[in-house]
Amino acid sequence: MKFSLVSSIAVVAALTAQMTQAETLRLLTWGGYAPEEVIAMFEAETGHTVEVTTSNNEEMIAKLRATNGSGFDLAQPSQDRITSAQEEFGIYKPIDMSKVNADLFIPSMLAATAGNTTYEGEIYGLPHVWGTSGLVVNTAMAGDVTDYIDLCDASFAGKVSYRLKRPTLIGFAYSMGLDPFAAYDDTDAYQGILDEVEAKLTECKSNVKTYWDGGDEIQNLLRSGEVVASMAWDTGGWQLNADNPDITFVAPEAGALGWIDTFVLPARGRADDAAYDWINFVMQPEIAAMITNTAGNFTAAVDGDAGVSADLKARYQGSFDQAAIDNIKWYPPVPAGLEALEGATLDRINAAN
Amino acid sequence: MVSDTSRLGFYLLLAPILLWLIVLIILPHIGLFIVSISEKIGPREYETGFDNYAAFFTEPLYWRTFARTAIMSILATALTLILGFPIAYYIAKLTRGRTKTTLFLMCMIPFWVSELVRTFGWMILLRETGVISNALQYLGLIDGPVEMLYNDAAIMVGLVYTSILFMVVPLVTTLDSLDDSLIEAGYDLGGTSTSIMREIVIPHAMPGIVSGCIVVFMLSLGNYLTPILLGGKDSLWFTGMIYTQFITRFNWELGSAFGFLLLALSSLVVFAGLKLSRQSLTETMGRT
Repeated sequence: MKFSLVSSIAVVAALTAQMTQAETLRLLTWGGYAPEEVIAMFEAETGHTVEVTTSNNEEMIAKLRATNGSGFDLAQPSQDRITSAQEEFGIYKPIDMSKVNADLFIPSMLAATAGNTTYEGEIYGLPHVWGTSGLVVNTAMAGDVTDYIDLCDASFAGKVSYRLKRPTLIGFAYSMGLDPFAAYDDTDAYQGILDEVEAKLTECKSNVKTYWDGGDEIQNLLRSGEVVASMAWDTGGWQLNADNPDITFVAPEAGALGWIDTFVLPARGRADDAAYDWINFVMQPEIAAMITNTAGNFTAAVDGDAGVSADLKARYQGSFDQAAIDNIKWYPPVPAGLEALEGATLDRINAAN
Repeated sequence: MVSDTSRLGFYLLLAPILLWLIVLIILPHIGLFIVSISEKIGPREYETGFDNYAAFFTEPLYWRTFARTAIMSILATALTLILGFPIAYYIAKLTRGRTKTTLFLMCMIPFWVSELVRTFGWMILLRETGVISNALQYLGLIDGPVEMLYNDAAIMVGLVYTSILFMVVPLVTTLDSLDDSLIEAGYDLGGTSTSIMREIVIPHAMPGIVSGCIVVFMLSLGNYLTPILLGGKDSLWFTGMIYTQFITRFNWELGSAFGFLLLALSSLVVFAGLKLSRQSLTETMGRT
């Protein structure tokens, strides 16, 4: 009897030991960042299981806010949205750099992201995938569109589209010769910039066919030729380029807007070890290349571009020469409260006739 | 003893609906109300007050959007009634047996697919490179492609299509209960089709009309997908505004206040509708 008790305790202990090693990783990410084949390789190698939820920046923050940072073990918001969300809602926990294989990351990007996601002395984000917003143009029909403000040209009336979101405000501000990022910390100066952009976008409203919401929507509009120029993400432009060589991504003269999607740990995540395992797994060069091939954007992994398909590289080089890369405007961290100002501006543009 | 068991049975039967009401409706609303009366004054700093409600009335954009949504929903309800009544009358009074079942079923078939798919169907039909535009060009009726999507008319089409079933079903039920001999008696006494419709059919069908209208109005007012997908750059809808406040602005306080205002104002419109049609809610819901 005693023996069986001891043995059953041993069995239970062995089972729990295995359970702590093999965890379920609940990943909150963007479409394309966790391809099926990568998940299968990760599960085979580590024994963890992965549950993927795809989302976008705002919904990620909203979901984590609703649960005070539980329900997910790893999330991937953009780096500029981390410190303000942490300040307002406290939904993340700091990264333990000793558990991350820093050699896998491009040092300059790791340092830049660490700097942008530091809140009260702790680092909250690691860089993963980066890309830009700029112009996706049907060059056969709207070859003259080279900057955001060209979307307001009367010759394309009813044939342009953009989102009614903050990147549009910032892109147009740069295109109008203003510098919104420099004014981030000066509320009055930023409001002044917003007012100028509001006037321009209100005037431009008659040119717009519709404000797009989802990536599929704008791709459909461009593919069918109903829209000939739009503000959109680079990867969408390159995907369309594969079907129709006339359509491609153009880095605007005022500069493409650069974002970096990160890894962050939700405050009440339960599987931190699995999360670190996932980070160290997907940052390996060959895995990073697989993710680039599905997501269409490059990663912060050292040598991550080596295994990327030649087509995608060619499209990237076609859109970005060295000057255009140097001109990318990287989003700095958004100060808390700035979005309320932008929200009011966007509402007024939406309501204007 | 007997009364104890029956009382236990009563409470057991009541438990699921009570649970449903308390856990899924009353508790979330209390939480929402508490959020709606907290004003944000800084990061993680809140005060209690009614500023969020005041914002709705002081910012013209908000109450105009609400008024727009309410008026368009009322219009959609009226259109649904005008389109749904003849269909329901035909099904209830002019068909028998298998035809009746088939017609009723045909009304329901589109609702077997999700609202999203139905809305995308309308997008394929109405868009500039869509089916209707291409067909009209092929027939030579128009010269160039015509855009029928992204405007208020498209929203209206979508809303009526989405909710017509909820008008037809209560109407068929009430019209079914109208004895045909009453209509025949009306003709025997020299009534015309119009006067019989006005004096006999419509008064009898009134509870069905009112309950159908309430359901369709509520569905339209609370619809999110159809206005967002079919509407254009000027087509603001109040539910879209609530979504924006919650998700993109992180302003749950204002979003919650909007939610409560939507609840209060829509109840007010329904109440006004009941008063105008001289129906009571109990009678309307009881008879259909």
